[in-house]
Amino acid sequence: MSGRVRELLRFHGNPPKEVYYDIENSGFVPKEVIDVMLPYFNSIGYGHPAITHKPGWEALEAIYEAKEALARTIGNVDPEEIIFTHSGTESNNLAILGYALRNRARRGKIVVSSIEHLSVVFPAQHASELLGFKAVLVPVDDNGLIDPEVFKAYVDRETVLVSIQLVNHEIGTIQRLRELVDIAKDVNPDIVFHTDAADAYGWVQVDVKKLNVDMMTISSHKIHGPRGVGALYVRSGIELESPLKGQLSVERLWPGVENIPLIAGFKKAVEITFNGFDSRIDYVRRLRDKLIKGITSTVPHTLVNGPLNEYRVANNANISFLFVEGEALTIELSLNGIYVSSGSACSSRVLEPSHVLLAIGRKHEEAHGSILFKLTRYHKEEDVDYTLEVLPKAVERLRAVSPWKP
Amino acid sequence: MSSRIPLPYSPKVLELFRNPRNLGPLEDADVVEMAGSPACGDMIKLYLKIAHMEDGDYIEKASFESYGCAANIAAASIMTELIIGKRLEDAWRISWKDVSNELGGLPPIKYHCSILAVGALKRGIRSYYRRLGIQPGWLPKDLTIEEKQVIEEEKLMERYYRSMASLDANQG
Repeated sequence: MSGRVRELLRFHGNPPKEVYYDIENSGFVPKEVIDVMLPYFNSIGYGHPAITHKPGWEALEAIYEAKEALARTIGNVDPEEIIFTHSGTESNNLAILGYALRNRARRGKIVVSSIEHLSVVFPAQHASELLGFKAVLVPVDDNGLIDPEVFKAYVDRETVLVSIQLVNHEIGTIQRLRELVDIAKDVNPDIVFHTDAADAYGWVQVDVKKLNVDMMTISSHKIHGPRGVGALYVRSGIELESPLKGQLSVERLWPGVENIPLIAGFKKAVEITFNGFDSRIDYVRRLRDKLIKGITSTVPHTLVNGPLNEYRVANNANISFLFVEGEALTIELSLNGIYVSSGSACSSRVLEPSHVLLAIGRKHEEAHGSILFKLTRYHKEEDVDYTLEVLPKAVERLRAVSPWKP
Repeated sequence: MSSRIPLPYSPKVLELFRNPRNLGPLEDADVVEMAGSPACGDMIKLYLKIAHMEDGDYIEKASFESYGCAANIAAASIMTELIIGKRLEDAWRISWKDVSNELGGLPPIKYHCSILAVGALKRGIRSYYRRLGIQPGWLPKDLTIEEKQVIEEEKLMERYYRSMASLDANQG
C-alpha cells in the first residue's frame, strides 16, 4: 500500500513554493500550538483524567481549562455544557443521533438543510431509517440561504429537532440563523435547535444565547488547531444518549480516554483565534477578495459559488472553472505547489459531485469544475499573487486538453 | 464536499497526466468518436486514422482529447499508445483491464476511466465499419461490456436532468 504512495510522492516532488488552501479538509498546526501540546505527551497530564493520581489530575485540569476557554468564546456559557469529542463529525453525530436515541420513543420530524455537512445529513437519515424519525431537507436559494417563509412550511408540530449550519463549509453562506431559530421556537418552544458552527467559529459571532440555539458544533482543525478533537455545546437540560458505548471518563456522553495533547492544542488555537478577531477577519477578507477578483478577471468562464455580499464568510472562495474537471485541476495545481480541493465527482467515493453545489442549483458539469479555497491569517499577499500567476496557466492547460469547449 | 476516497495514483498516471502522448485533434482522421459527457464529469474524444492493408485495416494514427480527472486523461493517452500500429481487429480485443494494467493498475473507483477510453474506441471501430457498410466476422453484434457501461453512464445523467426538468415543470 504505502510503496505506491511513496512512488507517487517521489514523482510529485517538492514544488519550490507552496500555498495551502484546503483548510476545509485539514490544515497545518502552527508551532505555537504544537509547543503547548508537546509536554502533554510525556511531561505532564499524560494520565487518565478520571484516575486519582497526579498525572491524571493534571490531565483533568487541562480539560477544564480548555472547556473554560471555549465556554468564554460562545457567550460565557457554563464550561460543563462543553463536551469534547474527537472531531466535528463526531460532535454532529452526538447532537443528531444522541438526541434521536434519547427520544426514540417519542420520534417526530428532524429538519436539516439541504447543504448541511454530511455528518449532519447522514445521521439525520440514519435516525429516520433506523429509529422511526422522519428526516426532511429544507431547500436553499442560489446563494445557499434558507428563505424563512419556506422554512416555516417545513417546521410543524411534529418537528422535534432542527439542525442548520451557521456558516456553510463549502460556499461560505452565513445563514440568518436567529430568524430561523425564532420561527422554530414559535412553532414549539420544545424544538431542539442544533447548529453546526464548525465553519462559523472564529469568523462570525457565535454567542449561543444570542442565537438561542440548544446545541453547537465546533471543530479544532478548522481554526488551525490539531485534527482529532472537536466540541459540542449542549445546553443544560438537553438530554442526549451517546451513540458510542464504553467506559466513561470526564465526558458523560463520549466514552473513551480524552486526548489531552489535542485538547490543549485546541485551547491554544481558540486563544489565538480570538486574539485580534476583527483585524484578522479584515485581513483575510481583503486577501480573499483579491483572490476572487484576480481569478474572475483573468480566467474566462468562471462562476463564483455562494453569495457575493455580506452573507459570505470572510475566508471562503469557491469558484467553478467551466470546461475543466476539478480533480484534474487540483492535481495540476498540486504539482505547482497550490493545494486545494474540489467538489467534483471524480474525487468522491460515490462519483457524485458536491451535494451543496447541486442544492444551490449548479449543474453537474458546473460542480465538477469547482475549487474551494479557504484563506487564513497565515496567508500572505505573495501567496495570493503566486496563485494568480499559476492558476490561469493551469486552467488553460487543461482546457487545451479538453474536447468540451466554450 | 462529497464523501472522499483516497486515490493513490501510480506515477505512470501522473506522468501521462502531465505529459500526455498523442494529444489533440487529428486533421485527417477517419474516425472521430465521443464517449461520456460534461455532466458525467468525464468525456473522451478519440481520433483514428485508418490505413487499409492486405491483411486488414490498421490504426495508422490515434489521438485524443479528454475532459476529466487525471486517470481519465492518462487512460485515454495510454490507450492511443496501445492501439497505434495495430489492426482494428486486434485493437478491438483490448479490454478496459488492459488499459488499467498499463497504467500500473487504476484505483477501483477509477476503472470507469479506462472503460470510457475503451468504450470510445469500440464505438469508433463499430461506427467506422457501419459507415463503410461492412460487418467484419470478428466484430460481435452484441455490445461489449465497455460500450454498455458508457451508455449506462451517459443515460444516468440524461435521466437525472429529465427528472429535474419535470420537477421544475411541476413547481412552475
